[in-house]
Amino acid sequence: MEVLVASGIGLLTAVGVYLVLRRQTFPVVIGTVFLSYAVNLFLFATGRLTVNRPPIYASGASGYADPLPQALVLTAIVISFGMTALVVVLALRGFLETGSDSVEGDPAGPADGGDDATVTTDQARP
Amino acid sequence: MNLILVPLIPLLGALLPPLVARSGRDTAMAGTLAVTLTSLVLLLVEAPAVYRGETVLAGTAWVPEIGLSFRFFADGLGLFFATMILAIGALIIVYARYYLSRQDSIGRFYAYLLLFQGAMVGIVLSDNILLMLIFWELTSLSSFLLIGFWSHAAAGRQGARMALVVTGGGGLLLTAGMLVLGHVGGSYELSVLLTKGEVIKASPLYPLILTLVLAGAFTKSAQFPFHFWLPHAMAAPTPVSAYLHSATMVKAGVFLLARLWPVLAGTELWVAIVAPVGLVTMLVGAWIALFKDDLKAILAYSTVSHLGLMVMLLGFGTPYAAVACVFHILNHATFKAALFMAAGIVDHEAGTRDIRRLGGLAKLMPVTAVLAGIASASMAGLPPLNGFLSKEMMLEAAASGPLGGLGWLIPVGATLAALVSVAYSVRLAVGTFAGPARHDYPHHPHDPGAGMWLPVALLVGLVVAIGLMPALIAGPIVARTAQAVIGGAPLPYYSLSLWHGLTPALFMSVAAVAGGLVAFRGHALLARWRAPWPRPEAKALFDTAVAATVFAARWFTRRANVESLPRTIAIVTVSVLIVALWAFARGEHGAGARAMMPVHLVALVAWAALIAASAVVVLKHGNRLLTLILTSVVGLIVSLAFIQFSAPDLALTQISVEVVSTILLLLALNLLPKTTPPEMETRRKVRDGAIAVAAGVGVAALALAILTRDFTTISDYHIAQSKPGGGGTNVVNVILVDFRGFDTFGEIIVLGIAALAIFALLDTALRGPAARRLDAMRQGLESAEAHPLILVVATRALLPLAFTVGVFIFLRGHNQPGGGFIAGLVVAIAYIMQYMASGYAWSHQRARFDAHTLVGAGVVIAGLTGLGSLLFGRPFLTSSFGYFHIPLIGEVELATAMAFDTGVFLAVVGTVLLALAQISRIEARAERSPVPEGPADIRLPRERDAATAKRED
Repeated sequence: MEVLVASGIGLLTAVGVYLVLRRQTFPVVIGTVFLSYAVNLFLFATGRLTVNRPPIYASGASGYADPLPQALVLTAIVISFGMTALVVVLALRGFLETGSDSVEGDPAGPADGGDDATVTTDQARP
Repeated sequence: MNLILVPLIPLLGALLPPLVARSGRDTAMAGTLAVTLTSLVLLLVEAPAVYRGETVLAGTAWVPEIGLSFRFFADGLGLFFATMILAIGALIIVYARYYLSRQDSIGRFYAYLLLFQGAMVGIVLSDNILLMLIFWELTSLSSFLLIGFWSHAAAGRQGARMALVVTGGGGLLLTAGMLVLGHVGGSYELSVLLTKGEVIKASPLYPLILTLVLAGAFTKSAQFPFHFWLPHAMAAPTPVSAYLHSATMVKAGVFLLARLWPVLAGTELWVAIVAPVGLVTMLVGAWIALFKDDLKAILAYSTVSHLGLMVMLLGFGTPYAAVACVFHILNHATFKAALFMAAGIVDHEAGTRDIRRLGGLAKLMPVTAVLAGIASASMAGLPPLNGFLSKEMMLEAAASGPLGGLGWLIPVGATLAALVSVAYSVRLAVGTFAGPARHDYPHHPHDPGAGMWLPVALLVGLVVAIGLMPALIAGPIVARTAQAVIGGAPLPYYSLSLWHGLTPALFMSVAAVAGGLVAFRGHALLARWRAPWPRPEAKALFDTAVAATVFAARWFTRRANVESLPRTIAIVTVSVLIVALWAFARGEHGAGARAMMPVHLVALVAWAALIAASAVVVLKHGNRLLTLILTSVVGLIVSLAFIQFSAPDLALTQISVEVVSTILLLLALNLLPKTTPPEMETRRKVRDGAIAVAAGVGVAALALAILTRDFTTISDYHIAQSKPGGGGTNVVNVILVDFRGFDTFGEIIVLGIAALAIFALLDTALRGPAARRLDAMRQGLESAEAHPLILVVATRALLPLAFTVGVFIFLRGHNQPGGGFIAGLVVAIAYIMQYMASGYAWSHQRARFDAHTLVGAGVVIAGLTGLGSLLFGRPFLTSSFGYFHIPLIGEVELATAMAFDTGVFLAVVGTVLLALAQISRIEARAERSPVPEGPADIRLPRERDAATAKRED
């Protein structure tokens, strides 16, 4: 079973990495979703695998799964949702603003003007 | 304990002026003044003890691990500076009320001023040098705000930026110096360090400490070659110039040198660096001041010159010079602040401060003229004013200066500087006030109201009083302060009086006055002589340096091409891989000893499904909808894995998050292109594939290595304490809301921030190019069946049911799988269904709560629950619980953790709703026709009644 889980985590990582290396926004967003799956599972796996022993306190229980990684992962899942939402909205706004959903940028480098405007405008005014 | 309040009251009081500014400018002034005077009174309460020779200590530990404490101490020096800062501050507050115009936001101004005042008092009273650094940086920041107060003026912004760069940069060096100093001295408390002078001076690190500390002091006190920022900072409103740039902030560097005098001064290195820098600054400042035409520029360079004088005196390293320095700090603060305020009055009344357009004001504004004339005479060092006394002492110290071979340079240089300062002082006073009245002033000058000249008059009164009766008025202050500067050594012989006999200093003084008058007479000649000199313009050099930095940064950015996300991620991933490989190759490894679990068929099927889904995603990611569906398949398999491995909470969370994010991505995909153009380059695919496979194999190997090894856990404690300590049997939930509640609190804040960022991103998308593109998109979207009937009916029927489920999951969460996170997601899904089925307009109109409010309420409730435990004397977020008997219902457990979980619940609902509703709102804009309000084809009878009823209301 451990081999299945480990290989599954590896597979999710590989797919995630491959997708975030794509040129358009949407595959990158999906890639981050895959990476979240992989990371959450990995974190969960640090508590080792336990079957049929949920961390619900009961008097007759013979043992429990490690609750700490579970608590960490629970919030991590919700936070990854927040991140996915933010990234996809960022992609959406970028697309609406520029009409392109490429994440590759201009190969010639950043356009001049733009961020240095604050410097130049100050100098321009007497 | 009062001592702590002295810096804290202005810092906290900075909140007051913006609040009371609405009630008028007088109220704002009164409030601000009250803050400053309270602080001053609390300080002066300590004065008797200090003057009995005690050192007042107060404070508490802060972060003892790094030597940071919140400790203050007042000795003669600290008390002297703090009194000066607060007293002059009070005068400036009154003056500023009348100086600033109605358009200026006086509340903001006073807030900055109090912030600065508190920080400055903090510097001079800090016992801990790390604490002092914090205040030091605060003065840099608040002076940035004050210099740039008129943010509409380019000069103000540039001056503020330059001051921040120079003093902030110096602050960084000083930080390094203080850290080394504390390390060598074995303590960060000044009260200890001051006794460790011998150890520190003998240390091999002494030159390093000295260089770094001097860098901080010289930048702050505008010493050559860092003097250039001060004149540019004069773009500030005049009250700021008078306060920061004459009396207080620029003296922080001098204060630091005086404070550390017992620790650092007296070595050959000290004398060789500090005295010449001071001398050069004194000369350069005075020389430039002579040729400036702007009143404030003259005063600015004169301040540079006088700061140089103080630094030079400290640089001599002799006790007598230290006494002279202390005396001059006092005198300079009085006459220079008075002169700045007088210059402000002239500017205010005459409409210009250009000396070439002024003159003859004595008849028009006699009060100002008399006050400014006396202050100028003191600046020139004429008897019987206080400037004369300290200048005399300075010349005396210079004449007996300690520099061996070049000994004659110091007295000659000092006399020369005194000579020039006579010349510019006379030029300032005569050029502004003497001569016949003119008819071409921009305004009609006359004396201002008492509010403006009274503060000046008070200071000028001091100038005269100290000059006439120095020993009586300033004697004890100078003695006590100088004693604090020179440490344990006995005070040298000195006498504060006008007549010392025929000393060398007197001859130097006479020479300076005579020469100064000659120089004033021949000013035109001197100016012509100076005209062809090369004059490096500091501002141009500074701007060039800034531009060069920007250019270099842009060059690097272009070369690294970090605009390309794939490239950046590839670089990062490969770097991580290389580091991991390197670590792997160096370590020892073998198979784990933990027994593996047997594989069963269901797991194998799920694993195969995962592989198949992943493979299709990789191969067919051009089809975005398919990718999305397969992604949720993968998400389902992940939640199955959680169920399998005893994590029911995680499975519930994962599956609800899956629903929410699939809806979200679907909504986004509706507006994004539906396909990704296929990539043609095989090379690129192979390269990315290789990186991805390497990363995957690495993570898989790591996971396997962990899974096959035994471990020890700290969770046993959590499990054991869950019921008795946290009152719940669901250990995961108890950890979230109790043991690690602070983490959870942080996490819901992060969620809230993400939601607000989403709102900000999408709210503004309804304007500008994004909105135009949305409008152009209409033809592409079908909205004929925007609200399918079955969906509408089903979702509405489901809404109460879903709420019930949500409440149920929430309530059982403490003991059984469930809790605030999951319940929040479930309820949010129920809401989102309404948006999907019935449209944005319909749902939004019926929403009872604003999503922003939900997020905010969630965070606030969680925070208040945590604070509640403080009331019972327990640490933040300590939970408590009890069992209550309710008639009919029976035994019920109530825990404060429930309230905390409610906060979590609300924050999650708010975040999800805010994100999804915002996208729906964008979507609504892109839909073809104005969307019918709700399902257009049917209208439930009851609802129609409700609508009519509402209209009748």
